[in-house]
Amino acid sequence: MSWAFLRDLLSGVNKYSTGIGRIWVAVVFMFRLLVYVAAAENIWKHEHDEFECNIKQPGCENVCFDHFFPVSHIRLWALQLIMVSTPSLLVVFHVAYRENREKQHNQKLYRNPGKIDGGLLYTYLISLILKTGLEIVFLVLFYKLYNGFKIPRLVKCDIKPCPNTVDCYISKPTEKMIFLYFLVATSCLCIVLNLSELSYLIFKYSIKCYLKRHRKKQQ
Amino acid sequence: MDWGALHTILGGVNKHSTSIGKIWLTVLFIFRIMILVVAAERVWGDEQQDFVCNTLQPGCRNVCYDHFFPISHIRLWALQLIFVSTPALLVAMHVAYRRHEKKKQFRKGDQKCEYKDIEEIRKQRFRIEGSLWWTYTSSIFFRLIFEAVFMYAFYFMYDGFRMPRLMKCNAWPCPNTVDCFVSRPTEKTVFTIFMIAVSSICILLNVAELCYLLTKFFLRRSKKAGNSKQQPNHENKEETKQNEMNELISDSCQNTVIGFSS
Repeated sequence: MSWAFLRDLLSGVNKYSTGIGRIWVAVVFMFRLLVYVAAAENIWKHEHDEFECNIKQPGCENVCFDHFFPVSHIRLWALQLIMVSTPSLLVVFHVAYRENREKQHNQKLYRNPGKIDGGLLYTYLISLILKTGLEIVFLVLFYKLYNGFKIPRLVKCDIKPCPNTVDCYISKPTEKMIFLYFLVATSCLCIVLNLSELSYLIFKYSIKCYLKRHRKKQQ
Repeated sequence: MDWGALHTILGGVNKHSTSIGKIWLTVLFIFRIMILVVAAERVWGDEQQDFVCNTLQPGCRNVCYDHFFPISHIRLWALQLIFVSTPALLVAMHVAYRRHEKKKQFRKGDQKCEYKDIEEIRKQRFRIEGSLWWTYTSSIFFRLIFEAVFMYAFYFMYDGFRMPRLMKCNAWPCPNTVDCFVSRPTEKTVFTIFMIAVSSICILLNVAELCYLLTKFFLRRSKKAGNSKQQPNHENKEETKQNEMNELISDSCQNTVIGFSS
């Protein structure tokens, strides 16, 4: 069980997406998942071992690390990737439900079970709203937990059992900051893609609806 | 999810590339991604742990390491490879879009459509002309730009391509100017030079491909202008069909079947 599962899931979603949806899948694959696995994971690998405090007091380093990093950046990043990809499952389930219904009744109920119309449209829109919402929630969480997107070189810590205020040094702060900015940039890009897909779908289907009504009135 | 997934995606693009494009893809996978994963990652693996400074002052080592390596070589390479591979996705998307349109045409039962079944549409290789030419050319252009930008960033950040054995550091909290020693500097220099060399080869291949495409474009244009004055249209169509068949026959043995499926 690994990221390959997420990759297969997203490939399945790709089939039922609009053009913008496919661009979103490509961005998530290339710029978020691949960067995470190939580069970012290794930066945070030994973060605890390399976190150094100017003190010999046993336990002080542990306590200070725990205080400044309640949840590590890299774990939050992984959670964000998983949460943001999951709403697409709703669409996959709905299509599977449609195909199941057709099998049960043994007749063609839908013109094309994978086409985005009727109930599937609402499911798709809900999945887009959920995706966008989750992205924003995680960005806000990152911002609140770490007081912005900066990673300082030095943090001052005075929690027991540290005897006084102690200087603690974070490892690779610049590299971590660069990748954090990269994460924020790709998140914002994904939010923009989701919002444009949402407006495109709403616009397309309201025009369709309006034209249908107009035709009925004429008849 | 790893470089293998990238290989699957780009393998589909391989089918619709020129010969130089196929060479570029091979160089990318064998001499860059494989070397990165199999060798370079091990060399840079113990980077910070084996970065030793001649001081007992806690924190000095962390700060000096951060000062000299704002972003590690290996991470820069991984980012470079990802950015350089991304334009090929544009081509893959364009091809997938065209296939989708042809499938729609086929399903509607359009008599213009000359395919016997959907499988033939899936396996068909599109010629690089029309809008696909523009997508392909702009993808090569972006590739070139990304390669150049990353090479410059490397040169700028590390003052050249050599990894020194010793660095002198006096960032706070180091008490004075302190000697810091990098682990495996020679091996790292060798790999850096290797990666830069292969990057340059890729840049040359991209430039050659760009020139080839532009030459083809202008030749085709002048041929069309010449032909429209002299010969009737149907003879031209026979010729192009024969050319297409010849190309397909010569390329069919080299192509992979994996595609970026829509």
